[in-house]
Amino acid sequence: MALLRFVPCITLAKLNNGHDLTQLIRAEYGLLVGSLMSMAGDLSLAEDALQEALAQALEQWPSRGQPKNPAAWILTVARRRLLDQFRKTKHRNADLVQQTLLNTHPTQHDDVYDNGECIPDHRLELIFTCCHPSLAPEAQIALTLKVVCGLSIGQIARAYLTSEAAMSKRIGRAKFKIKHAGIGYKVPHGAAMEQRLSSVLAVIYLIYNESYNAYEGQTLTQEDLALEAIYLAKLMHGMLPQSSVAGLLALLLLHDSRRSARSSKTQTYIPLKLQDRSLWDQNKIAEGTKLVKSALVSGQFGPYQLQAAISALHSNAQSWKSTDWLQIVGLYDVLYDIEPSPIILLNHCVALFYAGSLDQSYQKVIELEPQLRDYQPYHAAKAEMEAELGDLTAAKESYILAIGLSKNDAEKQFLARQLRGL
Amino acid sequence: MQFLALIYSSEGSEDVPMSELMGQYMDFGERAGAAGVVEGGNALQPIATATSVQIRQGKQTILDGPFAETKEQLGGYYLLQCKDLDEAIMWAAQIPTARYGTVEVRPVHNFG
Repeated sequence: MALLRFVPCITLAKLNNGHDLTQLIRAEYGLLVGSLMSMAGDLSLAEDALQEALAQALEQWPSRGQPKNPAAWILTVARRRLLDQFRKTKHRNADLVQQTLLNTHPTQHDDVYDNGECIPDHRLELIFTCCHPSLAPEAQIALTLKVVCGLSIGQIARAYLTSEAAMSKRIGRAKFKIKHAGIGYKVPHGAAMEQRLSSVLAVIYLIYNESYNAYEGQTLTQEDLALEAIYLAKLMHGMLPQSSVAGLLALLLLHDSRRSARSSKTQTYIPLKLQDRSLWDQNKIAEGTKLVKSALVSGQFGPYQLQAAISALHSNAQSWKSTDWLQIVGLYDVLYDIEPSPIILLNHCVALFYAGSLDQSYQKVIELEPQLRDYQPYHAAKAEMEAELGDLTAAKESYILAIGLSKNDAEKQFLARQLRGL
Repeated sequence: MQFLALIYSSEGSEDVPMSELMGQYMDFGERAGAAGVVEGGNALQPIATATSVQIRQGKQTILDGPFAETKEQLGGYYLLQCKDLDEAIMWAAQIPTARYGTVEVRPVHNFG
C-alpha cells in the first residue's frame, strides 16, 4: 500500500474506481492538505475541500483525460470549493482564497488542465501542527497518519486495533482542538522549537515502534507502518536537516535494514543475535551509517543519534561475537546520562556482558529486578545470560517468566524454543 | 488571541516562603506587563471562602465549598493576550505556581 506513494501516475482506465485515485494522490496528500490548511485554518475544512475536488476529478478525468499536473488541478478545484464555502459563511479568509485563485488562474472558467502550478509546501507547518504537544500522543499519531500520510481512518483504526468510530472521534477531537485552542499553523522557532521538534520525532518513532507489535487481527502490516514512519522521517529530514532528525532517520533505516532477517518461513521472530546477516539490506545500512556519522559530527548527542550509533555498530559488525561491544557500552553510558531509565541500564548490562564482564553485568541485572519485574525483555535477557553462565535452572525460570509476560505469539514461540533448547 | 491562564495548586504546597513567592509573582507581573501580555489577573481567596450556586427547577441552591473538590484548586488567573497557544504556554510556564501546581491555558471563546 505505502509503496504506491512512489507510483507517479496511473492509467485512466483505473480511474473509475475511487480507491485508485486516492492512491494516486496519496503521495501528494500531505502537500495538498498542508497547502489548503494554510488558508482554511481548519483541517476538517481543508480535507473536505480536498475530498470534493477528488470527487470532481472522478467525474471529469475519465472523459476529459488526466490533467498534466493532477495534484495542481486538484488543489485549484479544492480552493474553489473552499472559496464557495467561505463566501457562504462570510469567512475572513474568503478574499485571500479568491486572490490566490486569481493569481494562479486569472480566468474563472473551469479549464485548469494545463495548470503547472508548483504547490506551495506547507508540510512542515502541517506536521508541527499535528504533533503539537497540547494534543494527546495517540491523537498526534492518528492525525499525522491521516493528514500527512493520507491513510484512511479505517486503515489507522485497524493498525491501532480500535473501531473506525472511535478513531474518527479521536481525529475529530484533535481537529477541533487545533482549530479552537490557538495552535498556530507555523514552524516553531526559538525556545519552543526544541520541545516541538522532540514531539514530532516522538510521533514518528512511535509509529515505527508500533510496526514491531504484530498483534493478532492487525491488518495494516508491520511493513506499512514502518514505511510510513520512514517516509515521515525522510520528509522531516529533507525539510529540517538537524542532527536529531538525521539521528532518527538513521535509527529507523538501520532497524529496518534487518527486517527480512527478523523472520523466516519457519520462524516468525528471530532476534539480532541469531539473524542471518547476509539478509540485511546493505543499502539501508550504508544510508543509515552515513547519516549517523554526519549527525555525530555535529557534536550533538541526543537519544536518537546515540541509539542510531549503537544500531550502526551492530549493522556494521561481521558477527554477534565480533561486535564492538565496548563502544556500545560507552554509548549506553552516554545515553543513560541523558535518559536515566532502567531499560537503558538493562541494555547497558547486556552489552557489558558480551564485552566480557560476565559476572559484573549479571550482578547488575539482578539488581534491576525490582524495577523491571514486569518487563518481558528483562527476563529474556536474564535467561540468556544465565544460559551462557551455565545456570540452567535459573535460565529456565527466567524464560518461563518471559513467556508469561509476552503479548506476542511469535515472540512466545521463540522463547519457548529457547527454553526447550536449554 | 485572549487566553485565560488558570492557576491551580494544592493550598499550602508552595516550596517557598510566602514573601518569596510574592516576590516571584511581582517579578512575573512586571515582565509580562512590560511585554504587554497581561490584560488582567487576580489571586483568589482560599477555597475555604468558596460558595457554589446552582439553580434547578427554578430553585436556587447555595452550597458551601468549591464546585469540584479536587487535590488542586483554582487559586488565581491571568488574562493574557498572545499570538497563539505557543506564546501563551511560554508565558504560563513562567507563572511561579507552574513549578509546584498546574497552570491550565484556555483560549477565550470569541463569539464575534
